[in-house]
Amino acid sequence: MALSDDDIREILRIVDESELAELRIDTEGFSLHVLKGGSGGALAQPPAATRPSSAPPEPPTAPPQSNGAVTIDAPMLGTFYRAQEPGAPPFVEPGADVEPDTIVCIIEVMKMMNSIPAGVSGVVTDVLAENADLVEYGAPLFRVKPR
Amino acid sequence: MKRVFIPNRGEIAVRIVGACRELGLECVVGCSDVDRDGLAAREADRAVVIGPGPASSSYLRDDVIVQAALGTRCDAIHPGYGFLSENPRLAARAAEHGVTFVGPPAGVMMLAGDKLRAREQADAAGVPVLPGHEIAAAEEASDIGYPLLIKAAGGGGGRGIKLAGDEAELRALLSLARSEAGAAFGDDRVYIERFIAAARHVEVQIAADEHGSVIHLGERDCSVQRRYQKVVEESPAPSLAPATRTAIRDAAVTLARAIGYRNLGTVEFIVDAASEEFFFLEVNCRIQVEHPVTEAVTGLDLVALQLRIAEGQVLGIAQHEVAFDGHAIECRLTAEDVAHGFRPTPGTLSLFAIPERSGVRVDTHCHPGAVVPPYYDSLLAKLIGHGPDRDGAIEALLDVLEDVDVEGVETNRALLVSVLGHPDFRRATVTTDWLERAFA
Repeated sequence: MALSDDDIREILRIVDESELAELRIDTEGFSLHVLKGGSGGALAQPPAATRPSSAPPEPPTAPPQSNGAVTIDAPMLGTFYRAQEPGAPPFVEPGADVEPDTIVCIIEVMKMMNSIPAGVSGVVTDVLAENADLVEYGAPLFRVKPR
Repeated sequence: MKRVFIPNRGEIAVRIVGACRELGLECVVGCSDVDRDGLAAREADRAVVIGPGPASSSYLRDDVIVQAALGTRCDAIHPGYGFLSENPRLAARAAEHGVTFVGPPAGVMMLAGDKLRAREQADAAGVPVLPGHEIAAAEEASDIGYPLLIKAAGGGGGRGIKLAGDEAELRALLSLARSEAGAAFGDDRVYIERFIAAARHVEVQIAADEHGSVIHLGERDCSVQRRYQKVVEESPAPSLAPATRTAIRDAAVTLARAIGYRNLGTVEFIVDAASEEFFFLEVNCRIQVEHPVTEAVTGLDLVALQLRIAEGQVLGIAQHEVAFDGHAIECRLTAEDVAHGFRPTPGTLSLFAIPERSGVRVDTHCHPGAVVPPYYDSLLAKLIGHGPDRDGAIEALLDVLEDVDVEGVETNRALLVSVLGHPDFRRATVTTDWLERAFA
């Protein structure tokens, strides 16, 4: 089943105008999961950091690149921190094994510390953002070689 | 003020980028990821993606917006219109972090946002208000008379208004109105106001600096509306008696002074088409969509004026120095399917061409290949015709609209042509219920 951008937009529009909070379509060779409201209510919640935010969204994981690597992308705009606090060791370094629920960084939005899970199983190969920098929504943070 | 953060999209973000350029200010556009290739994001010095497409996760996140402004070292936020432009939380949060909010102080926004308190302030300042008051039970309406309007204290902008023809209808609608208001605005207080059947919507542009100067920049008539949403606007308001025009402008300035208004704002009035009595509706704490008609007749750059006032500069123009030249009309070209209940028509613009003509200004973010996302309002472009008189402005607009070529999405172009060419519009006898009656 091939979908164009227009089809996706049409589906999003229909979901948007409906009372549905969530839509899941699973057919052969195609699955679509749409959650309204942008927060991952039904998704795995990462453990809280210093101050838990209400519902950190699942980080958008980019499709595999040609060499099989994927990136962990920022699920929100904010300040990127590699460690729990200044002076503490980074959550992950290149070479680290991560599971989907492994916390890889914190993104701070107005003093709210959002713990970001890897969302994927694999080995971290690169750190793509600078500690304490502003990262945009969707910015690649880590490159991971999936298992 | 050196760098301005613009958490907005569409034509108004492009407009603010232009004003920043004019003043030699740097600007950073904060956009959603579906707008990252938008014209404003491309024209700004920098763009950052503040969240995904749905506004609730991007343009409505005051925390993310202030974080983004700080992270990009902006010292001011210009919110544009819509989204958080009239939200005291954004203004307060910006102030808390030492970022200048381009608009009135949070306290004034809170007052203006509470339509009941704003009514009381207008009344206290001697500005006429419609007979009305807060209401909890239908019996309390006997002093107002029917028909009447039920409005939400936390509403505004025409949202959530209900018309009750008699007490039975009021009783039936009241609890619905309260629960809707609670859900939509987080405030379930509602109030009633006398309904004027044949009314014109007239609003006055005001400007107030931090040093006590308050002036008006004339008025606009926005009576061509559909479901309280404006379609065509003009300045000056046609067919107002000179005494009414003066009185309505003075009333707006009086109210702005009384509530300590700062920066640019709009005081909206309803004018009884039969008697020319006018009544206060609400104060809008933002730049309006229709500000270009005021710019056309006054020759002022209102967005630049907002930025200069926010910076603490004096207005630099006295009331008697404001000159009004000719007549200007704006029409809003939208991606809507008029034949199917004005359904929004998101899609990709395979063709988008509006010819350049003298006497017509075009404010738009659209171009061939641009995507009209499903998440936001359907405004594609504003066409502003300016002529020595009203007929000249109408002719200039009709001339351009004939050659507007948009493909890929349905637009309301044909409706705009019909409105501008309609004998009622030509005679300026249009009231706020006219569009829906004439093009039902």
